[in-house]
Amino acid sequence: MNHPEIWMLAAAGLFGLGLYSLIIARHLLRQLIAIKIMGSAVFLVLVVTAGLVDGSLDGIAQALVLTGIVIAVAAIAFALALVVSLAETTGSISLNPDDDDGR
Amino acid sequence: MVAEALACLVLVPVVAACLALVLPGRWRWLAVAAGLLPLPLAMAWLTGELGREGLITVAVAGFEAPLGIVWRLDGLSAVLVWLNIIIALLVGLHAAAHYPADKLNGFRFWPLWLLLSGAMNALLLSADLFNLFVTLELVTLAAIGLLVVDRKPQAMRAAVRYLLLALLGSLFYLLGVALVYGQTGTLDLYQAAGVLQPDLLGHTALVLMTVGLLVKAAIFPLHGWLPAAHGNAPGPVSAVLSAMVVKVAVYLVWRLWLWLAGDWAIPAGLTMLGLLGALAIVYGSLQALVQQRVKMIVAYSTVAQLGYLMLLFPLLGLVAFQATSYHLLSHGLAKAAMFLAAANLLTRLGTDQLGDLRGADRRMPLDVFTLALAGVSILGLPPSGGFIAKWLMLQTALAQGGWLWVGVILVGGLLAAAYLFRVLAVLCARPVACPELPVSGKADQLTSLVALGLALAALAAGFVPAPVLKLLATAWPLGGAP
Amino acid sequence: MTEWLLFWLPLAVVLVSALAGLGIFIAGEHRPILRVSLNLAAALAKVVLVGIMGLLVMAGQVPEFNFALLPGLDFKLRADSLSMLFAVLSAVLWLVTTIYAVAYLERARDRARFFGFFSLCVTATMGIAMAGNLLTFFIFYELLTLTTWPLVVHNGNRESFAGARSYLVHTLGASVFLLVGIIWLYQLTGGQDFIAGGYLGELGLDQYHSLRIVFWLLVIGFGVKAALFPLHAWLPRAMVAPAPVSALLHAVAVVKAGAFGLVRLVEDIYGFELVQTLGLDLPLLLLASFTIVYGSVLALFQTDIKKRLAYSTVSQVSYITLGVAIGGPIAAIGGMVHLVHQGLMKITLFFCAGIFANLLGVKKIDQLDGIGRRLPWTSLCFTIGALGMIGLPPVAGFVSKWYLGAGAVAVGREWVILVLLASTLLNAAYFLPLIKRIWLNEPARAWPAEIDASRLEVFGLVGATLATTGVAVGVGLFAGHPLSPLSWVTGIVTDYFP
Repeated sequence: MNHPEIWMLAAAGLFGLGLYSLIIARHLLRQLIAIKIMGSAVFLVLVVTAGLVDGSLDGIAQALVLTGIVIAVAAIAFALALVVSLAETTGSISLNPDDDDGR
Repeated sequence: MVAEALACLVLVPVVAACLALVLPGRWRWLAVAAGLLPLPLAMAWLTGELGREGLITVAVAGFEAPLGIVWRLDGLSAVLVWLNIIIALLVGLHAAAHYPADKLNGFRFWPLWLLLSGAMNALLLSADLFNLFVTLELVTLAAIGLLVVDRKPQAMRAAVRYLLLALLGSLFYLLGVALVYGQTGTLDLYQAAGVLQPDLLGHTALVLMTVGLLVKAAIFPLHGWLPAAHGNAPGPVSAVLSAMVVKVAVYLVWRLWLWLAGDWAIPAGLTMLGLLGALAIVYGSLQALVQQRVKMIVAYSTVAQLGYLMLLFPLLGLVAFQATSYHLLSHGLAKAAMFLAAANLLTRLGTDQLGDLRGADRRMPLDVFTLALAGVSILGLPPSGGFIAKWLMLQTALAQGGWLWVGVILVGGLLAAAYLFRVLAVLCARPVACPELPVSGKADQLTSLVALGLALAALAAGFVPAPVLKLLATAWPLGGAP
Repeated sequence: MTEWLLFWLPLAVVLVSALAGLGIFIAGEHRPILRVSLNLAAALAKVVLVGIMGLLVMAGQVPEFNFALLPGLDFKLRADSLSMLFAVLSAVLWLVTTIYAVAYLERARDRARFFGFFSLCVTATMGIAMAGNLLTFFIFYELLTLTTWPLVVHNGNRESFAGARSYLVHTLGASVFLLVGIIWLYQLTGGQDFIAGGYLGELGLDQYHSLRIVFWLLVIGFGVKAALFPLHAWLPRAMVAPAPVSALLHAVAVVKAGAFGLVRLVEDIYGFELVQTLGLDLPLLLLASFTIVYGSVLALFQTDIKKRLAYSTVSQVSYITLGVAIGGPIAAIGGMVHLVHQGLMKITLFFCAGIFANLLGVKKIDQLDGIGRRLPWTSLCFTIGALGMIGLPPVAGFVSKWYLGAGAVAVGREWVILVLLASTLLNAAYFLPLIKRIWLNEPARAWPAEIDASRLEVFGLVGATLATTGVAVGVGLFAGHPLSPLSWVTGIVTDYFP
């Protein structure tokens, strides 16, 4: 943890990468993976900044990251289930940008 | 005793949700009743306590912050908890007609419904930034689960889009939380408030959290997911989405800007948020004017009405706080009534396309009447809760010479009149042909009466604002006269 | 006991019609007898309650209901003598119009909706009459807008929606100005009660600029309903509503609510003295004068009976504004008493127009030929109403015009006489040809759409019309009687100009 900048840069890179592919991807699975990558970046930041407070390992931050990962897993699982049933009912696995008015 | 009552608000619905999952058949009704009915009692008692104490804080299981988790009930969260309870009960009554707990769709519906109201209470009681993230996530997931409970394709598409954006928003929020924690070493919002510095890192954290929450709150221009989701959800779900789910995200933005960063003096940021609100009001209303489906009109109306909540930032002051909070409350009641009435039209007439609804007032007078009554509050006309909120907002805007905000509030009211009377005009028009409806059953009457009850509550809010506003005033963090 | 009565009576007067409205909605379309009896009972009860209140006010009591919405924001109903003027008028005419409307809509649909909202409208009118401060006034003023909308669209066809849209655009647009003006005033002085002579007098010179702006904001707000030029366009278009609606609402309730607001504004909020100090009386006077002439000129060109009456209303309602804007006690008497007189005469004329349209299908002026032989009683009423409008003694209209003219001379504004004269000539020009057609022309071979009306229907329609005609003549003939509107108004005005 002597060079937090490196970790922060890595996190920023991951976050940007995820955001980029979330925006350009059409396939829902790709979009979910992008979100997952962004999530990893956030957890990385959480661990690194927690280390900055007093230079030692912080139990609370570890606990937070663990909780965060659990929630992320649950959310992604839910999203996957939703995508699967969307694919079953509509036969499509991407969102058409034109249908958002719901007419 | 206080701790138990607070725990009751959160645990009772959540435990009932689990019970509703495992209990067979009719026993599920029991779980539903046991999960919702104790809430108003607990809250009534807590409100009494709050009136004496002014603020209730409880360290869960005895661990104080920063290590432990603190629950905190102030005037603002109390008002929102009340709204949540009223919506959960009354809209739940409406839902009971369509989702009998002993049937399959009821089995899908009720656990999520109970979980949603429990999670919402937990969110409103949380004083911990990370806890807020967890509860907000639970609220979102439960809400999206409810959205697809009927498995309609449009609702599913809307749900997937909502979910993707909501997850994105959560990540932004969590990133901000990480920065706050890194700087302050605490997650407790009220402890961090004194420590977090308005430097680059602090500002970045605030902006990240705000952006994340604005996505969930569907504030213009991040509202894209809302109309499809609210317009295609089942009736009771639309009601709770518009009345509560988006509101709690705005509530969190308030908490961040007024409590966490209350003394930062960032007028540019406040004005910026206000401008977003103003654009939301105008854009949402204009969109509502051109929609062809009643539920979509009501959904875009929500986009517009959420804008008023953002006007708290530029108008910053006790009266503005009371006004916007009261707007939140009365809009919640009125909008729930509107969505339920629209859902009744949709269910019984088979369509909510405006063109097919001519003369609906003959066949379903009660629901059309409900739409009109709820409309009075949305328009901000007297006598209604919406009027009190609008009056107070205008009063403080005028006192500050904020003519831009005065103009926005008034234009918003006029545009709301335009889109609501457009609907009413069609509903009251002479129909070309008017086939008789089948005689309405008990369930239909119940659903209509519930909607009417909510609309009447929104009007009644216009007569007794004093105790609510007094309760809100106790929560105001920044002090001083407006 | 008296305390209790004085507190609750104003609320009861307002609520009795609101409850009737709800009862009518619940009774629904298929229980006509219950509905009608409920309606008539409530109307009678209202007249009785207003009567009791009038006696109390005469005895020097002030019935007042007060409910604090918020600290400094009171919902207050109070019956002063000016309120009673409007309240008695509305209560009596509601009763008469209900009888008329029941007969008129015998063959129509959606009657429950109609009578329900009709009752709610009267509630709003009563509330306006007895509002003790601007907030309460605004509440009922907006309620009036909302509850009249379903009545204007009652026929459910394209024209009625167009008319209703115009009505809403005007009234809701104006309410924005009104609301800003009211909140501004609350900012300046806090929520104060209406009081004879106004409550803004003690404000300093530095506030005069704001006071001028607020005055015009409020004039716009009230002026729309009072059909003050150039805000009058909705009134003729709203004539698509059924005749009883036009009669009660557009000759009495809605336009009078606006005019009543203007009276309150000048006399009870600003006080005439302040209005004069601010130099606002002359612009208001000119506006009213112009509207009087303008409305009369436009009335000349209308071929539709109800449209002609509507433009006549535009002109006549501005007499009330004229009266308060001239200044001085005599003109104020003329203006306020016209509130009652114009209401009585105009409702008579609208009733007659409704009977012509309903029984014979006569809607255009050139179809009136010889109708005096077919419907002599109605035609007689129409003639009396029209002559009263022109200002022929002894019908009520003469009294108002006399006081307005005398008042103008008394304060040295002789030119107003010219306006009155022009208006009288124009009134004659657009009413006399109608009277000639009714009595002197040969009838056409067949009426446009004659219906076979039952005896009861005709009795209700013509009976109500005869009643209002009788009162209109009576208040003119017995203007000197201590219970006449004129004596009442004289009593009010002595409060304003001691």
